[in-house]
Amino acid sequence: MNRSLSRLTIFAVFLGGLASSQTTAIVGGTVHTVGPAGTIENATIIIEDRIITAVGKNVAAPSGATIIDAAGKIVTPGLFTPYGQLGLEEVGLSAGSLDAVQRGKQFTAGFDVADAFNPRSTLIPVNRIEGVTRALIAPQAQGPDDEGNSSHVISGLAAVVNLGDQPEHIDRRAAAVVVNLGEGGSGLAGESRASALLVLRNALDEAIDYRANKSAFERGQRRDYEHSVADLEALQGVLTGDTPLLANVERASDMEVLIRLTAEYGIRAIIKGGTEAWMIANQLADANIPVLMGPTANLPSNFDRINARRDAAGLLISAGVQVGFAGSQSQTHNARNITQSAGNAVSEGLPWDDALRAITLSPAEIYGLADRIGSIEAGKEADIVIWPDDPLELTNYPETVFIKGYAISMTSRQTLLRDRYLQSESGKPPAFRH
Amino acid sequence: MTRLFVALATVAICLAACNSGGPDNDTPEPFASRYQPLPGNTTLLSGATILTGTGSRLENADILLSDGKIIAVGVGLDADGAEAVDASDKWITPGVIDIHSHLGVYPSPRTKSHSDTNEATSPVTAEVWAEHSVWPHDPGFVTALAGGVTSLQILPGSANLIGGRGVTLKNVPGRDVQSMKFPGAPHGLKMACGENPKRVYGRKDTAPSTRMGNVAGYRAAWIEAADYRDKMEAAANGEGEAPMRDLKLETLVGVLNGEILVHNHCYRGDEMSIMLDIAEEFGYKVTAFHHAVEAYKVADLLAEKGTCAAMWADWWGFKMEAYDGIRENAALVDRAGACAIIHSDDAIGIQRLNQETAKVMGAAARVGIDIPPETAVRWITSNVAKSLGIDDVVGTLEAGKMADVVLWSGNPFSVYTRAELVYIDGALIYDRNNPATNPVTDFSLGTSALTGGAK
Repeated sequence: MNRSLSRLTIFAVFLGGLASSQTTAIVGGTVHTVGPAGTIENATIIIEDRIITAVGKNVAAPSGATIIDAAGKIVTPGLFTPYGQLGLEEVGLSAGSLDAVQRGKQFTAGFDVADAFNPRSTLIPVNRIEGVTRALIAPQAQGPDDEGNSSHVISGLAAVVNLGDQPEHIDRRAAAVVVNLGEGGSGLAGESRASALLVLRNALDEAIDYRANKSAFERGQRRDYEHSVADLEALQGVLTGDTPLLANVERASDMEVLIRLTAEYGIRAIIKGGTEAWMIANQLADANIPVLMGPTANLPSNFDRINARRDAAGLLISAGVQVGFAGSQSQTHNARNITQSAGNAVSEGLPWDDALRAITLSPAEIYGLADRIGSIEAGKEADIVIWPDDPLELTNYPETVFIKGYAISMTSRQTLLRDRYLQSESGKPPAFRH
Repeated sequence: MTRLFVALATVAICLAACNSGGPDNDTPEPFASRYQPLPGNTTLLSGATILTGTGSRLENADILLSDGKIIAVGVGLDADGAEAVDASDKWITPGVIDIHSHLGVYPSPRTKSHSDTNEATSPVTAEVWAEHSVWPHDPGFVTALAGGVTSLQILPGSANLIGGRGVTLKNVPGRDVQSMKFPGAPHGLKMACGENPKRVYGRKDTAPSTRMGNVAGYRAAWIEAADYRDKMEAAANGEGEAPMRDLKLETLVGVLNGEILVHNHCYRGDEMSIMLDIAEEFGYKVTAFHHAVEAYKVADLLAEKGTCAAMWADWWGFKMEAYDGIRENAALVDRAGACAIIHSDDAIGIQRLNQETAKVMGAAARVGIDIPPETAVRWITSNVAKSLGIDDVVGTLEAGKMADVVLWSGNPFSVYTRAELVYIDGALIYDRNNPATNPVTDFSLGTSALTGGAK
């Protein structure tokens, strides 16, 4: 009785410690704040109640704070993968639900992947132990299934999530409406990119008409729309500018069309892919359109990407375009490889600080969350990664990762597999090693 | 009749150096290599850190190239009249070799009209040769060159149980595939385990639609091949009539005779184990398992059989058989004494096989397995050469070997390092700092390749 009581007490204290104002001080590291303070040697970061309360050289750790010695280490903000399907699929092919993919015409803009997000996905620990703390999760178009149903030109709503192990994972719903233009859009719209654009225009026009005539529509006194109410409601955020279009598009001419469309409707856009974006970098900078791209995608893998080049990231950033990294080998299962994308961009001329910004603060700004995350500054949520050395080097892996102020467990299904097969033969099958 | 007799008698004693292309040695080898090295100068690169590919690392060392060959590797070399390249603070390795590429057969741009990698019309198509699909103007060859790749095996795809012959190329621009073919390299045979064949044919409601259907398919093919071989041999001994020449069975007999090397796409450890048993049943060797995501689970078995595992650093989860991928895979294979190889299967990945290797090195170090650069480099050079049957002429920096050499701007396992100079048979074929002299494919003319893209 007494023993179980004391166990309960300990349990309660433990829970209290997790949930309330635990203070942590990360001491002595080289901190790349990615904020106005730049890089600070031998810095101290104070985390109180999940929030960064101070960062600087002459910051004293409050008494009772848990001290984490980061001397000789590199400290960065948590990494932000700005496009992918984390928590929306486990295995890509022939192995269960792909919750980012919707086929048929039931919903378009209203299809919201946030409701399908699984924060317990096995993919999440694999990526967060390598420093990825936030992710955009996006609906994804696919071609026809066995019944001939394709996805729609307008894929639906994307969301920003955190990859922590505490409750509450959705940081922002309706972070973008995903659309498919160019060759990708033409395949979904009847074999012309002009049709894909018309589908988008029609949706925006219906949303405008719906906004102006909502009560008449509800009384049955307005024409029928091709889109459901859920879709038209989702597009209202696009019309107000709260929700940008996230356009999968590669060819310069298609991006020029998109720039004109955003001006005409007074809406915002983000380009994903953007192989030829460097050719119109100044126009994109003027239109304030960011680009989520793969810095290593240097091949003309189709005619929309015929002017691919390996130094595009640097060209875009030096023209003033905001850039995030979303190469096909650094998304979802391997979102962790955005550090490799960043390192390769550096080797092709991008300044190191800009590369780190592209995988931390820039995505936070692109999705309107820079007041909460993206840099190590007082008042921001504590997403912090401690590295043994340069985070962009391929041989370096994080030692400690904080997400929203909590140090996460550094295990994943892959580390468990590794540890099982690292052990020497025990005479029994591997299934007994755990 | 008589000609076939001669052919078979020859085949039986034929080693890797024999050609495996034709019905006999009296007939010229079809599609024979017409590779000619580009002109090169006698060159002395000096003062570098040299990873020889034999497991050694030399500091402040030199390498002398002449007449297409490596003349010497060592400290304090001198050569009158040689073109001198200051390689101090830089690193030198053997040319990178990719065991698994679809460049040319799955080229950029990847239009439907360029989809020439899978003859997915029958599960056993041993009669097709990847070299007949290679489009030499694929810009991916040039970008791979910028990644230090000097040789590569082009394989058919994995839709089929037995997909056809692979071809090993020198990564040189050619107007046809024959002028790229690595002289004397044996053919590979592409086989595939697991999900792909059963998915492709299961959809068509034909066999195989299951893994057990896959295995039945391989065995049936080898039974047919053994029967063909036996009939040929019997006819050669004057017993019965020789069957009509059959391209499919000729390839399979080439494997049974040890002339053609088996490159087996196989993700799961348990399936590798079954494939090794099939090889034993029919008397052939599996040279390498490719995409061997679970090689770490059967590393001891691979070591015992002398079968290489060709792996990605970290691709995983894109299908069920890739779900158990771990970054330490190649390190655990190496630790078990088996032959580890890092491969690409990808036109982007082939440009940085050194970086993929680095990711494994770092992951291994986390768990106390030290993979120094001189060991790691073997995964993308000498181990690959061995598995392609070309290790007598490339894969290491040793006197007498082909001068396929890469000068890196620094440690090749840093993300910031780039290949600066690439030599193939002693000819400087890529110079990062002098783009005007680098090759540009026909397709790339008029594109950004000339201003920083595929160049």
